[in-house]
Amino acid sequence: MTESQKQLQPKKSAKGFFGKLIQNQLFIPIAALLILVIFNLIADPSFFKISLDESSEGFLVLSGYLITIIDNASELAILAIGMTLVTAASGGQDISVGSTIAIAGSVVLRVLCGTDSRPDQMKAPIIVAFIVCVLVSALFGAFNGMLVAYFKIQPMVATLILFTAGRSIAAWINNNELPIISDPSFGYYGNFIPGIPLPTPVFIAAVCMIVIALVLKFTNLRLYAQSVGINPSSSRLNGINPQVIKFLTFVILGICVAVAGFIKVSRLSTINYSVVAKDIEMDVILAVALGGNALSGGKFNMTASILGAYVIQFLTTTLFKFKVNSAAISAYKAVVVIILVVLSAPIVRNKLIELKNKISRSKANTQVGKEGV
Amino acid sequence: MKKFVKVLVSSLLVASMAFAMCACNAGGGKKSNGKIKVGIINNDPNESGYRTANDKDMKATFTEANGYEASFAYSLKNDEQIAAAQKFIQDDVDYLLISAAATTGWDGVLEQAKKAGIKVILFDRTIDASEDLYEASIVSDMAKEGETAVNWLASQGLSEYNVIHIQGVMGSSAQIGRSGALDKKVEAESNWKIVTQQTAEWNAETAQQIVQAVIDSGEKFNVIYAENDDMAKGAVQALDKANISHGVGKDVIVMGFDCNSWALQELLAGNWNYDGQCNPFQASYIDDIIKNGAKQKTVIMEEKGFDASTITKDDVDKYGI
Repeated sequence: MTESQKQLQPKKSAKGFFGKLIQNQLFIPIAALLILVIFNLIADPSFFKISLDESSEGFLVLSGYLITIIDNASELAILAIGMTLVTAASGGQDISVGSTIAIAGSVVLRVLCGTDSRPDQMKAPIIVAFIVCVLVSALFGAFNGMLVAYFKIQPMVATLILFTAGRSIAAWINNNELPIISDPSFGYYGNFIPGIPLPTPVFIAAVCMIVIALVLKFTNLRLYAQSVGINPSSSRLNGINPQVIKFLTFVILGICVAVAGFIKVSRLSTINYSVVAKDIEMDVILAVALGGNALSGGKFNMTASILGAYVIQFLTTTLFKFKVNSAAISAYKAVVVIILVVLSAPIVRNKLIELKNKISRSKANTQVGKEGV
Repeated sequence: MKKFVKVLVSSLLVASMAFAMCACNAGGGKKSNGKIKVGIINNDPNESGYRTANDKDMKATFTEANGYEASFAYSLKNDEQIAAAQKFIQDDVDYLLISAAATTGWDGVLEQAKKAGIKVILFDRTIDASEDLYEASIVSDMAKEGETAVNWLASQGLSEYNVIHIQGVMGSSAQIGRSGALDKKVEAESNWKIVTQQTAEWNAETAQQIVQAVIDSGEKFNVIYAENDDMAKGAVQALDKANISHGVGKDVIVMGFDCNSWALQELLAGNWNYDGQCNPFQASYIDDIIKNGAKQKTVIMEEKGFDASTITKDDVDKYGI
C-alpha cells in the first residue's frame, strides 16, 4: 500500500496533510461515505436511529437503516473481494457474477429439496448443500478462469458465455421448478439466528473479510496478482506462472459467488432464476472502481473495494428512503458513479494536488491545472 | 490487431453458440398425416412461473392424441421470433400461434402467412398490426385484474388505507393495468393514501428493500399491494423481520398477483389476504377456435381473484400455476 502511494505521488508536489490525504486510495470511498452521512444527517437525522425490538420469533433484533445497509451490502462486499483479485490479475472483469449466483442458489435448493420442489423437510444437511454449492461455483469460476488464462480470451468476452447461459442453466438444474424450503432453520443464514440481534449475512461477510485478510497477509497472493496484472511476461521471467494466478483468482471469485448465492437464497428460502441478483455484477465492478482500483489491472487495495461496496449500498438505501422512484435509482447512481469514478482516477487526483500546489505558489498559474482536468 | 482478431473470433463463437441454442428448439419435421400442423412461438419458459405454466399447458393440449402436430420455438427477442415464424411458414404449418416479445415489426411476416393460407392466432400478448392479419387474439385484461383487486380491497371496509404499492417493470402491460386501477381509486377516495409507490421490477429482493425502507422510516401502513407474487413474498419477508403481523385479521393486508401455487398456499394458511389471477391457460381457448372457428377477434379470458377467507384446497390445486 505505502509503495503504491509513493509511486502515485508526482515528484515534490504532494506536500502536507492535504496532499497525503488526497493521495490515499481510501480517500474517495471514505469521502463518498462522509458526503452521504452528512447529507442524511441534514435531511433527516432519524436515518441513524437504531432500535432494539422483538422479532416475530420473540427474540430481540436490531433494526434501522444502518442495520439494513450493513445487512444488504454483505453479498456485495463478499463479491467485491473476488472481483478485486480478478481485476488485478487479469485486467478485466467477470460479468457473469449474477448468473452464477443463480446457478449457486439453484444448486443449494436442488441438494436440499431433492426432486420434490416443496419438501416438508430438508433432504440433506445444510452444510452439504453449501459445500456442493461451493464446488459447483468454483467449477464455473474455473471455466471462466480457463478461458481467460489459458485461451487468452478477454475476461468480459469469456464471461459473456455464462452471463448469457447462466440463468438457463440455473433453471435447468431444478427442472424449471421454483423450489421453496419451508424449514425456518434454512432462513437463519439470510436473516437472523434466534437470539443474535445482528443479521447473519453481516457475520458471514466479516468472516470472508478476515479470511481474505489472512490470505493476503500470509501468502504471496497480493504480490503475485499485482505483478501478473502489471506485466505478465516479466512476472513469468521472475518465476511466477501468470496463467495459474489468473486461473486462481477466478476460482476464488467462484467461491465468493457461492457464499453470496447461498445468502441470497437463504434470504427468501426460494429463488427466481430470471431476477435473482440481477445486475449485481455492475454494482460489484462499481465497488472495485469506487475503491480507486485501476480496472485495467495491477495494484489493488482490498479495503477500498470493500468500503466501496458499503458506499453503494448506503447510496441505494438512501435513495429508497427518499422514495426516489426505483426506476430512476439507476440514473441517480449513474450520476454519482460518474462523479466518483472521475474523482478517484489517479490522474485527476494528481492534477488536483498540482492545482493546490500551484494555488499556494502563485495564484496566477491556476489555469494550467484546470486545463488538465 | 492480433488481440482484436481473437476478440472477434471469440465473440463470433459466443454468438453462434447462443444462436445454436435457440435454433435447436425450433425443430419440426415435415410430414402431415391428417393431423393439424401448428407452429407455436412463445417466450422463454424460464422467464417466470406464468410462462412455465403457459408452456406446460400448450404442450399438454397440442398433442398427437388431440390431433395436432406441434412444433415449438422460444425466444425473448422479437427478431428471433420473427425468424422462427418465417421458418414455420416455409414448413407449411396450418396454424401459427404467437406470443410476441414486442408489439411491433410483425406486419411483414403476417402478410406472408396470409398469402400462404396460414391462420394466425395471437395469445397472451397483442401486436400492433391490422386485425385482418390474424384470426383471433386471446389475452388477459390487466386493467380488469387491477379493478377486481382494488374492488376487493375497498370491500374490506378499512377506515383508512395506507398502501405500499410495489410495481412491476415500468411500462409492461401488467404493470400499467394493475397500477392504473389503484391510482384511480387513490385519487377518488380521501381515505386512501399511497405511502410509497416504487418499482421492484418483479424482483423479490428489491421489494423487500422497499418495504424495509418504509418500516425503518416508521411510517404507518396497513396494505401491501404487490403486482406479482414474488414481490409480495419479498415484502412479507421484510414484515416478518420487523415483527409486523400480516394476513387474515392481522395488521397488514398482503395482496399479490399471478396465483402461483405456493402463493395460494400462503392464502390458504391465512398469511396473505388476496391473490389475483393472471390466466396462463390459453390453450383450451385456442383449441376451441381451431376446431370451431373464431367468434370474435379479441377473446378476453375469465380471471378470478382469490380471498384468503374463502379459498379452498381445490382452488389451490386447480388454479395454482
